[in-house]
Amino acid sequence: MRWNLLSEFEPILLANIHREHSHTLRVYEEQGGYRSLKRVLADQPREAFRDLIKGSALRGRGGAGFPCGLKWTFLPENHPGPVYFCLNADESEPGTFNNRILMEEDPHQVLEGLILSCYATKAATAYIYLRYEYPLAYKHLQSAIDELYAAGYLGDGVCGSEFSLNIYLHRGAAAYICGEETGLIESLEGRRAWPRIKPPFPAVEGAFRKPTVVNNVETAACVKQIADRGVDWFRSLGTPPDPNNPRDPGSFGPKLYCLSGHVEKPGCYEAPLGITVSELINDFGGGVWKGRKAKAAVPGGISMGLLTADELDCKLDFSGPGKYGCLGLGTAAVVVLDETVSIVDFLHNTCRFFAHESCGQCTPCREGTSWSLKMLDRIRAGQGRLLDLDLLLEIGDFIGIMPGTTICGLADGAAWPIKNAIRKFRDEFEEYIKRTNPTGYMETSPPLALELHSIH
Amino acid sequence: MAIVLIDGQEIEIGDDERLNGIQVAARAGVEVPHYCWHPGLSVVASCRMCLVETGKRDADSGEISMLPKLVPGCQTPARDGTVFVTDSEKVRQARAMVEEDLLIRHPVDCPICDKAGECHLQDYHFEHGRPERRADIKPFHSRRRELGETVTLFVDRCVMCTRCVRFTREVSGDAELMVVHRGAHEEIDVFPGFPLENKLSGNVVDLCPVGALGDLDFLYSQRVWFMKQHASVCAGCSTGCSIQVEENQDRIHRLKPRENPHVNQWWMCDEGRYGWKYVHDNARCLAPQQKTEGAWQPLDWSDAPAVLHAALSGENCSPENSPPKNSNPKKRRLAAVLSPFLTVEEAYLLATYIRQYDENAVLALGRIPQAGADESFPNGFTIRAEKCPNRRGVEMLLSALTGDVLSWESFLEQAAETPFDAVWITGGYPPVNGNDGAGEDVASEEEKSLATELPAGLASSTLIVQDLFDSALWRQADIQLPSAAFVERSGSFVNAGNRLQSFEWAIRPPAGVMTEGQLYWRLLDRDGLYNARRVLEDVAREHIAFAAASGEIPATGRDLLLNQLV
Repeated sequence: MRWNLLSEFEPILLANIHREHSHTLRVYEEQGGYRSLKRVLADQPREAFRDLIKGSALRGRGGAGFPCGLKWTFLPENHPGPVYFCLNADESEPGTFNNRILMEEDPHQVLEGLILSCYATKAATAYIYLRYEYPLAYKHLQSAIDELYAAGYLGDGVCGSEFSLNIYLHRGAAAYICGEETGLIESLEGRRAWPRIKPPFPAVEGAFRKPTVVNNVETAACVKQIADRGVDWFRSLGTPPDPNNPRDPGSFGPKLYCLSGHVEKPGCYEAPLGITVSELINDFGGGVWKGRKAKAAVPGGISMGLLTADELDCKLDFSGPGKYGCLGLGTAAVVVLDETVSIVDFLHNTCRFFAHESCGQCTPCREGTSWSLKMLDRIRAGQGRLLDLDLLLEIGDFIGIMPGTTICGLADGAAWPIKNAIRKFRDEFEEYIKRTNPTGYMETSPPLALELHSIH
Repeated sequence: MAIVLIDGQEIEIGDDERLNGIQVAARAGVEVPHYCWHPGLSVVASCRMCLVETGKRDADSGEISMLPKLVPGCQTPARDGTVFVTDSEKVRQARAMVEEDLLIRHPVDCPICDKAGECHLQDYHFEHGRPERRADIKPFHSRRRELGETVTLFVDRCVMCTRCVRFTREVSGDAELMVVHRGAHEEIDVFPGFPLENKLSGNVVDLCPVGALGDLDFLYSQRVWFMKQHASVCAGCSTGCSIQVEENQDRIHRLKPRENPHVNQWWMCDEGRYGWKYVHDNARCLAPQQKTEGAWQPLDWSDAPAVLHAALSGENCSPENSPPKNSNPKKRRLAAVLSPFLTVEEAYLLATYIRQYDENAVLALGRIPQAGADESFPNGFTIRAEKCPNRRGVEMLLSALTGDVLSWESFLEQAAETPFDAVWITGGYPPVNGNDGAGEDVASEEEKSLATELPAGLASSTLIVQDLFDSALWRQADIQLPSAAFVERSGSFVNAGNRLQSFEWAIRPPAGVMTEGQLYWRLLDRDGLYNARRVLEDVAREHIAFAAASGEIPATGRDLLLNQLV
């Protein structure tokens, strides 16, 4: 099925959010909420439900796009001890706010998905790791959880079944690294959020050294929708697997796209996976701000890299942005940069973010992010050299899981915008450096450091 | 038998051995540089200096498939068919980059850094780093703060390997150290009001691969390249940690633990680490003296054999002639007290010497200093309450020679009943200062009384006292012989776990002092200089309890109970 006009697509994940008191149990149940939960708990064995989700080819919405059902099957069979479920609500990728909308406006949809996921994975305890900066989401989630306990949806014997579940809402202390699943687990355990070495993966040894599943908020919402509408509906949306790539599981289902930056109507829009960036900007966002031209767009949060104006026909599914040299779909948070934006400023701001948020465990990421920031500081202060660009590229190529130099994948995200921006916009960087440092741009000896930042 | 390939070299490892890439490479003689990994601590794989290429060799076809990315050697287990490449261009590039990264914010203040000369950052930079700096040049600054009474932190020199943090969590168990801030702002720190003050805290300085953690006791006292290292054994307690004595021109500057998996692993306690100060104490007894008609006369070491012969046998002989052997016509009753600070060899020589005069001479074990109770740490390291190094060794020797171990207390009772004609008492005890620095009184009642009054029963005997420091016994002696400290001796100690460890002297004794071994050697009229190795061979041959001590003693010592029916 293909919609001629995308904006006619009937929202599913966002169907409830405009209703008054949409975050309450009463409104949610009026719209048919928790019917699927009761049905699944009553008639469907947990294995059958797990296989249902596996058959839907639902991929995690957190950024890496790992097949959700497959992740669940990594849990050891018949594990004697407890299994934990962590809902990753530490949404801190710049440009991303889809989980926030879900948690603030429709927390019960998330919670129903969470309860179903816990049922499928035999988890009797679930933790929601919520980012600190979402006070309204905290309030609504907590009141929703309280409502569920009161209504018998949580605690001993959910809805009269033999399945018991307790959900704890845990607030992080505002750190980007806590979005990394093992960093999240460390933080949940009360330690410094330094990602763990893998293997063992969390499915084998996670929170409190027990098997643990970490899923994104939107993934849980999708689980609920699959339970409601079935696998066939889910697989009717999105992009089928690439026949030339046997490893591609395809990109199915609806996705919440966060559109921000220089567009007329920024916001969170729901569309099937696989729409293009220009469709998103024009059909949903009402075009680039003030009728300007787009210069570039970020396909999925700033760590994914950049698409140039010529690449805006990139399909926003899990394999699309990769074909244009980006890291991946990420969180599908599209940030549009219009023609007035200096890419130097964009990269500087990006590097500042990663230098601030690098957890500091692995040397290449800790030092590489702060080094690149210092270099961009100097370039923006009019003391750049052409040599700096090569050095920045070298730093960008050295940080990350793929060269094998870091423990977690977030270092790839810190490196990607650097190499992407410079490779795709090298002319602009060179022009900027030559213009702002006409006498010294060819210098090669090490320059004196600026005293701009307190990074020592 | 598993076979691992290191740079094309086949290395065999045992099936039950769990080794990582760094350890296997070391077996092949290849050093993989690393900061954060330490064999005694958990693996964090965060410094990324040990990046290597790895792959697998198919057992049947022999085909090698490599992983596309680099992996940290510390975290990659070696199994049958594992392939490691440590010298490829990719690995060299990665090392150069990590080294460059670590130096971006490092002050490079090597000329004033205590670690220079034994610094991993320095060494690896010469070996793996880039020839020139590419990062911006920044003004030098180096912040410093104290973490506790003994350890200071040079904040900017740190490379965030977190070895010290893991040590306090996993080995000492007090978890005083932590990482504060994030990213490039990260620093090691203690929580305000909770300084680093556990009894193993000195180890964090040894663990630090760079000059960030400094030992306040050693700080700025010596450049490391001036010091010579001597393998030795700590005499602080009966654990008998393997140590390394670092000295320059017969002056100790620091003690460091020496790896010994059977005894102390990689660690030592602060008591032992800073417990060598008395060696250079000005109050040490330095001159041999004898009492003639109530007045002290200096005794020349060359006259000592004749004087001691006279004291033991009651017969004079002229200093010119060497004293006749085995002559004790008056059948005088003799005794020797063997201190737990004597080495096995020295104790054996003294016992042999005394028994030349009196075959039934009473041999007793010296006083065993005790302080508090044994103290164990989470990883098994133990500080023992028995504050002497060789109680087991002397006991084993005594039971071999006399069939029984006579304690100091029983010996005093025996002496009080029937006084001996002459008694030789050996010491070597560190001074009793009355408290352990924390204000706690650790000296026992016995120790205090020994410092002031002579035990009854010894007053009528001819007393030969050999000790480090002045005491009531020392003052009451008829012949005073200054003793050597543990770092000045050669020989073997047997620790509480029956492990015999041999060591050579690290520094020469101060002028005026002759080591026990050398003195006894001379008294027994043996040729040349004291040779502990030869004495131990004699002991091993004569006494079954020491049979395991024959042959070369490994650096980690030898278990005396091994292969024996006990």
